[in-house]
Amino acid sequence: MNTLFDKIWDSHVVSLIDDGPTQLYIDRLYCHEVTSPQAFEGLRNRGIKCLRPDKVFCMPDHNTPTHDQDKPIEDPISKTQVDTLAANAAEFGLTHYGMFDKNNGIIHVVGPEKGLSLPGMTIVCGDSHTSTHGAMGAVAFGIGTSEVEMVLASQCILQAKPKSMRINIEGSLGRGVTPKDVALYLMSQITTSGATGYFIEYAGSVVREMTMEGRLTLCNLSIEMGARGGFIAPDEITFAYIKGREYAPKGEAWDKAVAYWSTLRSGDDAVFDKELTFNAADINPMITYGTNPGMGMAIDAAIPSLEGMSETASQSFMKSMDYMGFQPGEKLLGKKVDYVFLGACTNGRIEDFRAFASIANGRHKADNIIAWLVPGSWAVDRQIREEGIDKILEEAGFEIRQPGCSACLAMNDDKIPAGKYSVSTSNRNFEGRQGPKSRTLLASPLVAAAAAVTGVITDPRTLL
Amino acid sequence: MKAKFDIIQSTCVPLPLENVDTDQIIPARFLKATSRDEKFFGDNLFRDWRFNADNTPKKEFVFNTPAFSAAPSEGVHQILVAGKNFGSGSSREHAAWAIAGYGFRVVISSFFADIHKNNELNNFVLPVVVSEEFLAELFQTIAADPQAQVKVDVPAQTVTNLTTGRSEKFDINGYKKYCLVNALDDIDYLLQQKAEIEKYEASSVRY
Repeated sequence: MNTLFDKIWDSHVVSLIDDGPTQLYIDRLYCHEVTSPQAFEGLRNRGIKCLRPDKVFCMPDHNTPTHDQDKPIEDPISKTQVDTLAANAAEFGLTHYGMFDKNNGIIHVVGPEKGLSLPGMTIVCGDSHTSTHGAMGAVAFGIGTSEVEMVLASQCILQAKPKSMRINIEGSLGRGVTPKDVALYLMSQITTSGATGYFIEYAGSVVREMTMEGRLTLCNLSIEMGARGGFIAPDEITFAYIKGREYAPKGEAWDKAVAYWSTLRSGDDAVFDKELTFNAADINPMITYGTNPGMGMAIDAAIPSLEGMSETASQSFMKSMDYMGFQPGEKLLGKKVDYVFLGACTNGRIEDFRAFASIANGRHKADNIIAWLVPGSWAVDRQIREEGIDKILEEAGFEIRQPGCSACLAMNDDKIPAGKYSVSTSNRNFEGRQGPKSRTLLASPLVAAAAAVTGVITDPRTLL
Repeated sequence: MKAKFDIIQSTCVPLPLENVDTDQIIPARFLKATSRDEKFFGDNLFRDWRFNADNTPKKEFVFNTPAFSAAPSEGVHQILVAGKNFGSGSSREHAAWAIAGYGFRVVISSFFADIHKNNELNNFVLPVVVSEEFLAELFQTIAADPQAQVKVDVPAQTVTNLTTGRSEKFDINGYKKYCLVNALDDIDYLLQQKAEIEKYEASSVRY
């Protein structure tokens, strides 16, 4: 009761269906090329238009190659999907940032950086990492394609109201511990289904002190705890980030917006369905060892043993160990790595590149490592160059690729080969996620950089 | 037009694994289609667990074992039974299309991921949440007798293991139940709400 989630949700209720879901108004719909074509096809089959085209923004990101974007995509099926989005956007009158357009990038990187995702909004996209936009103080969540069609048709969605959860992280993060580590730690504690059915509000001193880039990373990973979404009450850090961005309110509208946004916080008497508190001092640089993001541990720890697991649980655990080529009880420090991937909607922002460069600076890429450094958007790419980070990385033997989702889900050519190990700053280590039989170790940009310069799994605190 | 839901009585296909994510249900490389071709998605359901890289079936995967290889048809293999946290990860509705395309009408588990659960319902696949005890017993029942049947009564909201007689109520809201029983979808409903939407926009929209 009286939570920020209640305030935002309740102010978007159009109607309540008896013994059914809520009809919720949506302020912003983002469409990418993979989960939207069948929704547009649905509109055509029903003979209807998009109800509010000005609230919908489209951009391809999943299929886009990370090189030669000025040339046509080589894979004909990927090309068709990307072209289909452009054609659908034109047919239904929607804004579209095409591949190689200076506005293009990963949808969850572009939305906040253009000021399209604002506090108090409801935001949806056919993509589970839509939770990212929660960092702006918005209720943002991933939906399926049928639901994309609902929003295109009616600017509304039918949705049961989730329960509310507050996660407090108190204290200060230690050296080398990043927002990614906070999220991986939370998953390792509450599992990948620990927040299913809930919307999370992140709070506590760690979150209050976190930069917007860090908040975007933390909220991005809410879905990996099973949550419908996760968000952070907007504050001065949020307002400073939004001010002056292309779609941010200007002049008098800005003052009015800030006055409203300043009211967006949970009441002192707010009651959450569940409340959890964690201590920042318990959080170390993290790495995953298994095939779901909840299978994570401190980088210098050992993989758990099977002790105390049920039969189905240990069967699943051993399937995961066999896939990864690891043993229960084993340590990962010093293990040889083949690939390093910096990027994705999780860690493809400027701060992530700064962090990676802080370790790469004055060192050199290890010979056994193939590294893919993929900015989240062209805007991030421009900033990398403005700050001279590109020079540091190039001197260290790294090459910066062109923006897109890339190896996070390997829908383009950036596939980790079978059996190879990749330390990745992305969000999922599922079987085959980065290519058939690829082995993913999720980690922060610092851990990724430490692996990239040493060739093995390394505690980044030894290099800072 | 989707088939209406009433009572489904069928043998099951067991998948006793936890945290089955949607990347396993349908790998990303099959998401490039631009139409809703359920047969295509169904043919690639659990692709990398079902088939080797050279497209030959993996003999040990349950779908390829003699007892469970028959494609779903009336009363046969219409129910998938899976470990807890089924459908976690990516929001891809292609996973629900693949499950529907293969021919499953019901998925039984002790726990579903939220987005995938909605996606199943929006594609007229019924997710049935049962207790851990019910699920564990059902896996045992099927292991002992692959011909064992389960009855899912949608109007009564009950699921019954017909071998042991164990029966449970399952949750579904009245609206969704009405949609399933009458084969209606949410967009049909929302399109009738235009006046309500405009009223809301006139009074409350900030962005």
